[in-house]
Amino acid sequence: MTQLILSRLQFAVTTSYHFLFVPLTLGLGVLVALMETWYVRTGNETYKKMTKFWGKLFLINFAMGVVTGLVQEFQFGMNWSEYSRFVGDIFGAPLAVEALLAFFLESTFLGVWVFGWDRLPKKVHLLSIWLVAISSNLSALWILIANSFMQEPVGYALRHGRAEMTSFLALVTNPHVFYQFPHTVLSGFVTAAFFVMGISAYHLIKKNHQDVFRRSFHMAVVFGIISTFGVAGIGHLQGMYLVKVQPMKMAAAEAHWETENPAGLLLFASIDDQGHKNTSQLEIPGMLSFLSYDSFTGEVKGINELQAADVQQYGPGNYIPPVTSLFWSFRIMLTAGMWLVLMSLLGLYFYKSKRLEQKTWFLKLLLFTIPVPYIANTSGWYMAEVGRQPWIVYGLQKVEAAVSTSVPATSMLIALIGFALIYSILAVADVYLLVKFIKQGPEEASPETLNHEMKGASLWT
Amino acid sequence: MDLNSLWFILIAVLFVGFFFLEGFDFGVGILLPILGKNDVDRRQIINTIGPHWDGNEVWMITAGGAIFAAFPNWYATLFSGFFLALFLVLVALIIRGVAFEFRSSHSSPGWRTSWDWAIFTGSILSAILWGVAVANLIKGVPIDAKMQYVGTFFDLLSPYTIIGGLTTLFVFVFHGALFLSLKTTGQMAEKAAKTARSVGLLAILIVLIMAVCTYFQTGLFSTLGAGITLLCSGITLILANVLLRSQKVKVSFVLNGLTILLFTVAMFWGLFPHVMISSLNPNWSLTIYNASSSPYTLKIMTIVAFTMVPIVLLYQGWTYWVFRKRVTEKDLHY
Ligand code: HDD
Ligand code: HEM
Ligand code: HEM
Repeated sequence: MTQLILSRLQFAVTTSYHFLFVPLTLGLGVLVALMETWYVRTGNETYKKMTKFWGKLFLINFAMGVVTGLVQEFQFGMNWSEYSRFVGDIFGAPLAVEALLAFFLESTFLGVWVFGWDRLPKKVHLLSIWLVAISSNLSALWILIANSFMQEPVGYALRHGRAEMTSFLALVTNPHVFYQFPHTVLSGFVTAAFFVMGISAYHLIKKNHQDVFRRSFHMAVVFGIISTFGVAGIGHLQGMYLVKVQPMKMAAAEAHWETENPAGLLLFASIDDQGHKNTSQLEIPGMLSFLSYDSFTGEVKGINELQAADVQQYGPGNYIPPVTSLFWSFRIMLTAGMWLVLMSLLGLYFYKSKRLEQKTWFLKLLLFTIPVPYIANTSGWYMAEVGRQPWIVYGLQKVEAAVSTSVPATSMLIALIGFALIYSILAVADVYLLVKFIKQGPEEASPETLNHEMKGASLWT
Repeated sequence: MDLNSLWFILIAVLFVGFFFLEGFDFGVGILLPILGKNDVDRRQIINTIGPHWDGNEVWMITAGGAIFAAFPNWYATLFSGFFLALFLVLVALIIRGVAFEFRSSHSSPGWRTSWDWAIFTGSILSAILWGVAVANLIKGVPIDAKMQYVGTFFDLLSPYTIIGGLTTLFVFVFHGALFLSLKTTGQMAEKAAKTARSVGLLAILIVLIMAVCTYFQTGLFSTLGAGITLLCSGITLILANVLLRSQKVKVSFVLNGLTILLFTVAMFWGLFPHVMISSLNPNWSLTIYNASSSPYTLKIMTIVAFTMVPIVLLYQGWTYWVFRKRVTEKDLHY
């Protein structure tokens, strides 16, 4: 029992840390590649400055993504060995493909890009950052294929006491991937767009390097509009899809206890998890039916009925995930999404009407919006993963059956504390460096680096 | 040959790639505070592996992924069984990984020194622990009938496995010193070659001890091929040292690379067809059959691996060609 709690905590901590850095990598890689493309096409030095400035921030973030990812690759074996035995036949494959196809490409060409500024023809250098950007998104695809299997198992048969793969094609064309992958990748693009907008806003307020930051802002706001609308649109479709395949998750995320037709959407609820009801709530009638089926009528099954059905299907047990926290994590994501849509629209409007620099209040607001996508990302994953409880593989294996039985709880405690401590220290160092380079802005390389006549030779000049 | 054996070989290949490439990375990291007396020196040292270390580390990640995909029971037993050891390896690799990036981002001496120590500690810990792990694999560990590791962390540490750790340590440091000497110029290249000459002797000594202990402690020599391969790795190591004395650093590096290759091959060959040996009851050992994935998965993964691995080798090889020039004090990036 303690092993279970410790392993869950460790997974939550290490993966949430990993996903603090991943989204920015996904989006900023593409943005930096676009900036360099513009540089190569126009020869305009401003774009080179932009590429180097944002590229430096990309690298610092990337390093953290790599080292937090390292733990991910091994902790399925360390903490979830029974899970690994049970689904390894299927689950291991996308992980191995991810490494072979994406990680090699990503890490190798990042090295080429950082050290190749003067050694390679411009086009080859440009190609290397595109390869980095593409392969990091490819890595997202493969890991999400793995995760989608846990959410919605496909292409398997139960044989020899485990799940065995029967169709690789079914695994990679899992319908769940078609929602999860675009939603996650676009959430990364949103994160990067608001990162670039926020920092550009800071420098525009200070009137530093206006050419660099006006252009950065422009690129980011366009990128941001497309991706925020994308993430919200796909999110809506994803919600509709989940009503069909994981009805319990969505019912819990809506605190929707009883089956209703038409069903209302709760804006606010005070939830009694134990008593299986809401003690008070504020509801928009018919709205939940609309969100689930694009129509104001339609039956939406409630938690209590779903629980009874699950008991019938899987035997006695509690199949209800923690409702209160799911309800609120979903609402945090939605509010964040709407806020980001609003901000990107305003940003584009002010930019196009050439009033951006006068709107200091808006620029300040943008700076404080940088954390919002991070909050949305974390609550989104929280909803996706916690909403899957008690299952680790939906309908096939429960989390309690998945944990390593041979590892002593003290070992797990040491690892949990160890990882949490190291990640926290590194995250502080990471933020410290980011802030330092952000404040410094482009060009002002530290005098120390200039001493070593690295003119143009590297990224830091 | 069946697919199970093929995957066993493929995983051995991934480990050869990992030990060969990260071997000199680790070595260079360990030599950092020893040969790098000032900041310029240290940056020169780090820059020799700067473009490559992350790509090299992916060999290990891929080996992990490949074990998971092809032999899930091996993955499960190994990593849950070696839990704390693996935790230490991960911590070592984490602090080492960020250190490369972070050290250069701030110029205060205190900041840089701390990260340099992180590189050193991370490298030395990893170099030793991987040797300990490999030695445990061939010696056998307590595994019960249900494929569960039933020992403790301290069962993994015995005189034999510690000698295993020292073996990889010295061979990697030798490897790193040779690499440094090849990739730098002037004084640094000289210093590195000098270090290589003395570390090389220690490496011979420890490999000799390791071979003798392996003979008495494990069943490796009962597989004739594995025994001969192990001896060959000793011979290439000696040759590497001899040629180093006549200034043939490049050949010496290649020969020591061959030592790492042969050593790894010997370990895997001796293990075959087991993947983990139970010290409690031979029947409880994990083999390439009882630990493997289904034939279908193996087939799919074979197709993937046979298309991807050659491509990876091609472009990684290309990067070594792009960065073939020696690192001088003039072009420091970190
Ligand atoms: C949606 C995207 C996404 C998700 C859900 C995950 N990752 Fe990740 N991962 C990435 C996207 C990514 C990335 C963007 O591709 C990273 C971040 C920085 C980098 O180097 O690549 C990365 C790095 C990264 C690395 C280091 C690669 C290197 O050394 O270059 C490993 C081993 C993993 N990840 C493994 C995992 C595992 C086992 C996960 C499942 C629990 C996982 N990641 C979730
Ligand atoms: C990177 C984004 C992700 C985040 C932020 C995330 C977050 C979480 C959280 C918060 C938990 C704890 C849930 C709980 O125990 O109550 C969890 C559990 C888990 N997740 Fe994820 N997750 C992510 C991606 C993935 C992926 C891609 C996979 C698999 C490929 C995965 C597999 C698991 C497993 C095995 C557990 C532990 C078992 C469980 O508690 O259900 N996660 N994750
Ligand atoms: C405003 C409209 C949005 C809607 C309707 C929406 C909907 C959803 C739904 C239903 C899930 C659960 C998927 C599952 O459990 O499998 C989800 C997950 C997630 N959301 Fe959103 N979301 C929105 C906005 C955002 C924004 C703005 C971000 C970040 C910038 C974001 C990031 C995520 C992430 C990272 C996940 C977990 C990955 C996944 O399962 O796809 N979402 N979202």
